[in-house]
Amino acid sequence: MIEINLDKSSVRELNEKLQGGSVGDKFSINNTVGKHALSVGLTTDVDVEINGHVGYYCAGMNQKANIVINGNAGPGLAENMMSGEVRVTGNASQYAAATAHGGLLVIEGDSSSRCGISMKGVNIVVGGNIGHMSAFMAQSGCLVVCGDAGDALGDSIYEAKLYVRGKVKSLGTDCIEKEMRDEHKKELQQLLSQSKMSHGVEEFRRYGSARKLYNFDIDQVDDY
Amino acid sequence: MCGIVGLFIKNPALESQLGALVAPMLSEMTERGPDSAGIAVYRNPQEDGCKITVLAQQQDFDWGALEAAISNNFSLRDITVTRNHAVLSLDSEIDEVQDWMKDNWSNLSITSAGTNIEIFKGKGNPAEFIDQFDIKSMTGTHALGHTRMATESAITTEHSHPFSTGQDLCLVHNGSLSNHNRLRETLRKKGVQFKTDNDSEVAAGYLSWRLSEGDDLDQALNHAIEDLDGFYTFAIGTRDGFAVMRDPIGCKPAIMAETDDWAAMSSEYRAIATLPGAENARIWEPEPTQIYSWKRS
Repeated sequence: MIEINLDKSSVRELNEKLQGGSVGDKFSINNTVGKHALSVGLTTDVDVEINGHVGYYCAGMNQKANIVINGNAGPGLAENMMSGEVRVTGNASQYAAATAHGGLLVIEGDSSSRCGISMKGVNIVVGGNIGHMSAFMAQSGCLVVCGDAGDALGDSIYEAKLYVRGKVKSLGTDCIEKEMRDEHKKELQQLLSQSKMSHGVEEFRRYGSARKLYNFDIDQVDDY
Repeated sequence: MCGIVGLFIKNPALESQLGALVAPMLSEMTERGPDSAGIAVYRNPQEDGCKITVLAQQQDFDWGALEAAISNNFSLRDITVTRNHAVLSLDSEIDEVQDWMKDNWSNLSITSAGTNIEIFKGKGNPAEFIDQFDIKSMTGTHALGHTRMATESAITTEHSHPFSTGQDLCLVHNGSLSNHNRLRETLRKKGVQFKTDNDSEVAAGYLSWRLSEGDDLDQALNHAIEDLDGFYTFAIGTRDGFAVMRDPIGCKPAIMAETDDWAAMSSEYRAIATLPGAENARIWEPEPTQIYSWKRS
């Protein structure tokens, strides 16, 4: 275990050390006190444990690394993540996993507004509630919410799948409730067990695109 | 950008450390607002009297002349000068003093008026401001602070926050208002006076106007949601506490925290992290358009 204390190391030194890690390395980071851009741009399969609350843009652009934050995260958590896993034991602020292409983001507490905005393949599992405008223009991947969802869920959504266990305050334009078929139950079950959430798949409803706002109609190909 | 901090002391034993606790919070918000800084502190209540903070444009202002003139016209208890600010404590009608100041001392501006509030602000780095005004030694019940990164209007002391919105009331703002020019004109017609072209001053003026129309603070803030267009996280200081509200879109950050000893708000957690016991505090993000307030019981 390599310990890095942010009382002594700068954020730049921290990120250089983490980015230079080898497969299987384990890091423990302390004294975070809400600092920004911790553990960003990692491209190797390392384990990072961050003890304390973090500020803006933690775990941004993550590839392959497994990052656990024992605390709350500020805005822009795991933005544009490509792969790997990021887990927060507390809450996350706005636009968690925005534009993220892959990997798994687990937020054990609540996530505030714009969670998964423009998500492009990431899977997000939230143990609590999510705020308004979540999954706005979500393109692909899954957003699993074990609590309630705020206003305008999935506005202008493309092909991402949204699973919500609690209430949805309102659905955004072109987002509708959809049938939960076996393939969805299987997918959801896998995400719940991967993220260590103990709810049953039957408790969830699925939401997705009505495909009226965006569609490609072959009969109108000349119009494009 | 801009940084906001607010600290409300719940445990009276900590009142002597108010400044020492709030100064690092303000300092931590320097990157969000390196242009100017300001603080509203609630302390030394003037029973059966009033307190006015005035700001001089010149650093070498003749405070002795002001003291003599006030003493001739009113019952002055005390005058405390800190650089280009002075806090006046009086046994007089607050409106009469304010009117007299406006008529006779147009080179001074009143930054705050009430019984408890004092507002200090200045251009430059927050660290310098904290030293110049000896913020760390301030005692009191609660304080609001602001670090400014100007986006809407010029960098001057008068453009700096907090803005007074009435007796013992003040406002700090992170965000930008898009309808402030029209709203300023509307409010001027209703008699609200403005010193600058700053958008946040319009929000302060709007709240002053609503309160003068008979709204309580919650009603005034609910009207603000209808009439203000733009982005905002507001913290509003009151005589016995403070309130926090975010706009309906809620894109400007805010975080709140509470322990048995204190309640705090800030633009970012790192400002709250400087407080004793922050790691075990109850921490949450305020919901859009919901008003959160603390009051001394």
